[in-house]
Amino acid sequence: MPSLFHCASAIAGPSACISFGILLCVPLMNLTNLMNALIRRIAAVSFAGVLLGALAVHSQTPSPGPPSASTTTPPNSQNPATGRAALNIVVLDPAHGGTDPGARGSAGIREADIVLELTAQVRHGLENQGFQVLQTRSSNENPSFDDRSALANAQTGAIFVSLHVSSTGLSGTVRAYTMADMAMPPTTGGLIPWDQAQASYLSLSRKLGDAVQGELTQRFKGSPMNVQSAYVRQLRTTAAPAIAVELSSVAMEDKADLDRMLPGVADAIVRGVVTFRPSYVTPAVPGNAPGAKP
Amino acid sequence: MSPKLRLGIAIGFVFAVLAAAIYFPILKRRVKKQAQVQQKSEEQARLELVQSLNAASNEPKVKAKLFWAADAEYSELVANTVELPLSNDPVLRSKQVLSTLLAGPVDSELRTLPPDAALLAFYILPDGTAVADFSDAMANSIPSGVQSEQFAVDSIARTLEANVPQVLRLRILIHGQAVETLAGHLDLSGTFPVSTKPVPPAPAPAGVPTTK
Repeated sequence: MPSLFHCASAIAGPSACISFGILLCVPLMNLTNLMNALIRRIAAVSFAGVLLGALAVHSQTPSPGPPSASTTTPPNSQNPATGRAALNIVVLDPAHGGTDPGARGSAGIREADIVLELTAQVRHGLENQGFQVLQTRSSNENPSFDDRSALANAQTGAIFVSLHVSSTGLSGTVRAYTMADMAMPPTTGGLIPWDQAQASYLSLSRKLGDAVQGELTQRFKGSPMNVQSAYVRQLRTTAAPAIAVELSSVAMEDKADLDRMLPGVADAIVRGVVTFRPSYVTPAVPGNAPGAKP
Repeated sequence: MSPKLRLGIAIGFVFAVLAAAIYFPILKRRVKKQAQVQQKSEEQARLELVQSLNAASNEPKVKAKLFWAADAEYSELVANTVELPLSNDPVLRSKQVLSTLLAGPVDSELRTLPPDAALLAFYILPDGTAVADFSDAMANSIPSGVQSEQFAVDSIARTLEANVPQVLRLRILIHGQAVETLAGHLDLSGTFPVSTKPVPPAPAPAGVPTTK
């Protein structure tokens, strides 16, 4: 409340000064009429402010974006009879952007910029392998976590790869992450809760993560042998095999060292995705372990 | 415009400027005072924790396990045995071990939590869910990244697991608020498993896993 009070004071102070000035400017006006006029003007301005505020909020709400309801029907789960679909789309997610620079190094390296460069290189490699590639952002903007997930959730036969650069870790190493264990959501009529969209895909995500991490470990000494698990917010609402790949780190003194890593990381991700491709199956029933193929 | 009206406008402006000149220093003082009050409340939380530690100094010292990074590269978390006078009360005991964890190891490169972060409140629900409320510095000062944020939460969870068996799962708040992520990566909307024993499902918010 104190901050609210200060806000009100800050607004009320100058307004009071101006109102006082107006009162002095029109000494001949009847005081009652003046007060009524002031009240009408304040009411009109307030109403206009509320209207503009509502319009601004409405315009910021993405119209097709994440469902306001708490459930989603991933296209991948719409054909439970076959349980198979071809993997042909890769959704790349350069993390952060816009007002959120992500991790920042003392040498001025910004995570949001590096991952955008990395995305371009991964995209090029994947397209050469015949994949269709979608990006959650292509410039310096910052879609919400749900908007990013929504892009993947609207596709059939897609995987999701979120790209990050950390503040910590042994410089020159790279880690792939999957979402940590999640409780299986209750299923009703093929709908799965938006907040637990990843649960049915965890097994497939780990396969994808292991395939990518295997390639990364060969190229970047000191990287872990297997995919790691972590409670990555971005992955939780994604109804597709999903991983996060994180490079170490923005703490490098020279950005050129980090830039030199990017082609190797991009190549490892592309090769990992190609290796994973035959394993891709859609979960037959949300709640059952997908990726039953050995 | 009549000279009378012009004079009125001029006088009005002079008064407005004078009023602003008087009012703005007052406003500035109020903002400053409010910032000091906020700082004091966080400082108070630290003091309370230190006092609670002192109050328990009559307790026999036990070997507590605290989890910090094994090296500056965050290759893994390792248990460090520290002798502490710990209370038998699970809430007080949790505050004691977490305040020691926040104080950090001798080598500051091995710390997993920001040095300026404070534990503002801690309580344990009847179902074994612990709620730890940290100051803003926990989110603002932690190095951003999946690895560093997961290490921070793991160090808290594993320290509680090793020293307070009553805690089965952990919910983290920042300055009394439920937040979406710790510092842009790690999901704080649900609970984290603490105990490796089988844990009954928590009545937690939808979304994040509640058990391993």
